[in-house]
Amino acid sequence: MSNMHVTAKVNGDEVEFLCDPRETLLDVLRDRLNLTGTKEGCGTGDCGACTVTIDDRLVCSCLMLGVEASGKSVGTIEGMAEGDTLHPLQKKFVEHAALQCGICTPGILVAAKNLLEKNPDPNEEEIRYWLAGNLCRCTGYDKIIRAVQDAAKEMREAS
Amino acid sequence: MNYHTPSSFSDASAIAASAKGKTRFLAGGTDVLVQMRSDIITPDDLIDIKQIQGVKDITKNKDGSWTLGIAVTGAEMSEHAEFKKAWPGLVEATDLIGSTQIQGRATIVGNLCNGSPAADSVPAQIAAGATVSIIGPTGERIMAVEDIPTGPSKTSLVHGELISAINVPARGENAGDAYLRFIPRTEMDIAVVGCGVSLRLDNGTITEARVALGAVAPKVLLVDECSKALIGTKLDETALKKLRQAAENACNPINDKRGTIEFRTEVAGVLAVRTAKKAYNRAQGK
Repeated sequence: MSNMHVTAKVNGDEVEFLCDPRETLLDVLRDRLNLTGTKEGCGTGDCGACTVTIDDRLVCSCLMLGVEASGKSVGTIEGMAEGDTLHPLQKKFVEHAALQCGICTPGILVAAKNLLEKNPDPNEEEIRYWLAGNLCRCTGYDKIIRAVQDAAKEMREAS
Repeated sequence: MNYHTPSSFSDASAIAASAKGKTRFLAGGTDVLVQMRSDIITPDDLIDIKQIQGVKDITKNKDGSWTLGIAVTGAEMSEHAEFKKAWPGLVEATDLIGSTQIQGRATIVGNLCNGSPAADSVPAQIAAGATVSIIGPTGERIMAVEDIPTGPSKTSLVHGELISAINVPARGENAGDAYLRFIPRTEMDIAVVGCGVSLRLDNGTITEARVALGAVAPKVLLVDECSKALIGTKLDETALKKLRQAAENACNPINDKRGTIEFRTEVAGVLAVRTAKKAYNRAQGK
């Protein structure tokens, strides 16, 4: 089959792309839209590195086809900072050194942001369960959890 | 690969029925995309059934029964307070599958049609007495969930058939369900044994019981002997002992790195007891 034409929203902007129906959304984001912030880890939905939001719900972009994004609203790590101003989560990840190699970080940030939108004051257990689908082989997770807690606190105080 | 987005189940069925090569239906995709990626299956026709009207709906019918659309995700089931209150065991079983990201896509019809003997939601569906509506080239039919899987990765659906809805009975009074599984870690693993139980009581005496076991046979089992051990009792020690024995007797598991035959058999008995107690407490409103 030839390429298909797809219209979707990515980080609030309307985008159009052509893709083979076998291409995953992850492939489309990285190779067709040049949004390389979303990383490929396992490619089978186990590691969460490719996490994005579809209509404000978390999904692994490797487990979704690009053509399925038609008419949907996709959120990626590129939509998180506003210009040069980092999102509080991004700022706290830097402050707490909650990343080392950084491959898992975009997925964790997207997942953590989605959590705080639903639950502005999660306890540690809730954060750990929510982020259980985001594997990190460097940090041992503690710094990530502390960074999310600290960012949540700052966001609550700011609102 | 041809990608189709039919707007009705009969169209979806017609596409599948006339397809010459390999066909897959796509709802949540959490199994199909992994199989495509691993070259286990390369479909010639992929039929995305999410654009059919009503597939995302959880509907409470006039008689109190429920109809779940085939594209309702685990997350959507967990967020539906009234459905969760009626069938907490089914919702918990579904919620055990995968991560937050998987819950955003995965469906219980997909869990059923993937045909894994270890599928977490399936023993809970069977215990609940759920049925599925099927549309195919020869028309529509309804089948009990326990009659869908026939073995690992195999179902009784024939060429051109697909499930169009899952029907969960009305919960009614003095009733409760539960699902427990054993895994070697705390989260996100494949069941070594899973057990679903649904009970109805009359003044503390069990009048209806359905017990289903997962991962202990080539397909998920509905164990009638377990029901017989429970009906007419108040879940006393004798009943629990009989239940445990009946669950162990039903086992015909594999030996693998996650559990030996002996281990799975013993755990099936233990889980049947614990799950029955949980369902019993729920039926009593505890």
